[in-house]
Amino acid sequence: MTAMQPAVGASTSSDMTINLGPQHPSTHGVLRLMVALDGEYVKSCRPVVGYLHRGLERMMAARPYRQSVPFTDRLDYCASLNSNLAISQAIERIGGMAVPERAQYLRVMLCEMNRIASHLIFFGTYAADIGATTAFLYAFRERERLLDLLEAYTGARLTCNWIRPGGVASDMPEGYAQAVCAFLDGFLKELDAYDTLLTGNPIFRVRTEGVGIISPEKAIAYGASGPVLRGSGVNIDLRRTEPYDAYPRTQFDVPLRTEGDCLARYLVRVEEMRQSARIIRQCLREMPEGEHWGKQPKVFRPAAGEAYSRTESPRGELSIYLVSDGTANPVRVRVRGPSFVHLSMLPELVRGVKVADMIAILGSLDTVLGEVDR
Amino acid sequence: MSLPPLRRPAPTRTGFECDPAFVAGQFAAGVAVLVAAIAVASALPRLPWGLVDPLLVLIGSHPVINALIKALTVTVFVTVHVIFLIWLERKFAGWMQARLGPMHVGWKGALQTIADAVKLLMKEDIIPTRADRILFIAAPFLTFMPTLLTFMVLPFSEKWVAYDFPLGILFVLAVTTNISLGTLAAGWGANNKYSLLGGARACAQVLSYEIPMAVAMLSVVTLEGTMSLTEIVKHQQHGWNIIAHAPVMIPAFLIFMVCGLAELNRTPFDLPEAESELVSGFHTEYSGMRFAFFYLGEFAANFFTAGLAVTLFFGGWLGPWLPAPIWFGIKTIAVVTLFMWIKWTVPRLRVDQMMGFCWKFLVPASVVVFCATAVWVMVAGS
Repeated sequence: MTAMQPAVGASTSSDMTINLGPQHPSTHGVLRLMVALDGEYVKSCRPVVGYLHRGLERMMAARPYRQSVPFTDRLDYCASLNSNLAISQAIERIGGMAVPERAQYLRVMLCEMNRIASHLIFFGTYAADIGATTAFLYAFRERERLLDLLEAYTGARLTCNWIRPGGVASDMPEGYAQAVCAFLDGFLKELDAYDTLLTGNPIFRVRTEGVGIISPEKAIAYGASGPVLRGSGVNIDLRRTEPYDAYPRTQFDVPLRTEGDCLARYLVRVEEMRQSARIIRQCLREMPEGEHWGKQPKVFRPAAGEAYSRTESPRGELSIYLVSDGTANPVRVRVRGPSFVHLSMLPELVRGVKVADMIAILGSLDTVLGEVDR
Repeated sequence: MSLPPLRRPAPTRTGFECDPAFVAGQFAAGVAVLVAAIAVASALPRLPWGLVDPLLVLIGSHPVINALIKALTVTVFVTVHVIFLIWLERKFAGWMQARLGPMHVGWKGALQTIADAVKLLMKEDIIPTRADRILFIAAPFLTFMPTLLTFMVLPFSEKWVAYDFPLGILFVLAVTTNISLGTLAAGWGANNKYSLLGGARACAQVLSYEIPMAVAMLSVVTLEGTMSLTEIVKHQQHGWNIIAHAPVMIPAFLIFMVCGLAELNRTPFDLPEAESELVSGFHTEYSGMRFAFFYLGEFAANFFTAGLAVTLFFGGWLGPWLPAPIWFGIKTIAVVTLFMWIKWTVPRLRVDQMMGFCWKFLVPASVVVFCATAVWVMVAGS
């Protein structure tokens, strides 16, 4: 019975404990929030995670390094390629593999395409959280076109498993660059329209402006990253501060807002979609000819040691830590995911707000439960 | 090096271009339905009613039978028109959201609602064990009955009104308030926390928005000097209220529309059933026909509120060429479509913003409009 009681805040008889989830329209997955309500006000909130726990870290440690890539697809299933990149980089670092330049460009292109797909999910579900169902369907229409493109290249819509240690699994199919460019042309136009539909809407504004403010200090103290951090005015983007792959050779702006509220995080993500489109175009234009795949050892047994890779996933810093003891399997794989960190901020952010604001704040953190639970 | 075969060809068509055939099809479907409705309705007066007339007069002259016939007609109309409205809503939503809406049952999915109703009828009747049985069972009817009653005074034409009540507007105001009783009963009786929150929200919302709505309606009463809905329409022979008395009636209409949205629990005021917050609010625990009654009540109220707006501001059944009820239907469906348009466009307000908007803006604004109408009447009268 003690487990049912909210963790923080004194409970009185007028309180109502309500379970949002694990099956609830707004939790974006199997998140359970144990919320103590006083009327419409949230007195305390305790996220309960683990419904999607699959022991991915242990499973990755139980097999040869290069077989762990498909597991990362299941981390952040909205942006599988970005997770592929994180593990591939860690493996490359521990084994000292080089990535050909063309593969670097292909990786960046794929990651940015997946970033757009992921942010489109955010855009749609956030609109639905606030109550605008039409924007939700528009976002999913665009995402569908993008997933078609990903499928044409990688053969999978969601779990692409395409970025591998040493490069990418294959080169682009014929005519792919034109198809991507055609998509981007239309996408940017549509994005402006969606922007008009939702961003400028006064009701959307009053629902998000000044709601769930995260100060820069608090964001740093919690270890927030990605759009949550940049929405609070901290200019850290690993693509810029610790550039990897082809990012140092691409031009893009890092969107930054100083308000720290839900609207700021939303605007950062919307602008990131535009910047991603810019990066993809540059990649397609500047991509050199060459191999998509570096030289690979037949048996991969890295020397004892450790490696850490930091990447900027759509949700923030996705890092993977590998420890090798010289055998074919890693001793330890550790995933540092942004969603888990952001979810840990939720109890503090929602204390004293209204139920509707809690949903808005949870949506603005854009957590993916596959990566929280692992 | 050779490329692996594509699983699927790279998409060539970007798909951003609008498909004219699709749009034309949707449009043609809408026009066809409208034409069919007009054809049926205009054929009705041409039927040999004269043969049955004496019989009808004989039966109808008995007050009890007369009342029964009227009650039956209103009930059947309310039930049947909702089938059309639900289809329209889903088609309209589909059109706005770049999808098709129902397509499979009947022509363009026209029979989908009937299929759904059959499905709902066959569903198991579930009453939660810990629910307050009496309230739980009563709530759908408590919600539906007031809506049904309001149709009694709604004039479809000068003759087509079940009961031409001299105090029609007062009756409407008195009856519609009771809808909140049903939602509150549903919220409390289901013994579900989401339902309770939804019921409480619904009650607060409907009771608050009733006030500016009533004041907006009173502005029309002040203007027309009557509370009878048929009289109000007849007074608009020489120009609809919203045109003839535009300076005061346009603001009154806007207030009425906003309050109407709130009364109907439609976005941006769909807080009582806010899906992302309260699953489906006060009717979370309802299924089968009990749920259908909530739905029925909601859509019937939709038509009624639109019909009331038409009666008060857009000259009711008045119009050239076509028979009066057709004009009333066209205008009402137009206002219903406006409701749908708003619903599928905007997000949802928060509960304090919803209440603040009512008490801090709409109530004062409606009083101002009311006073302005009084001045307008004085000036116009002298």
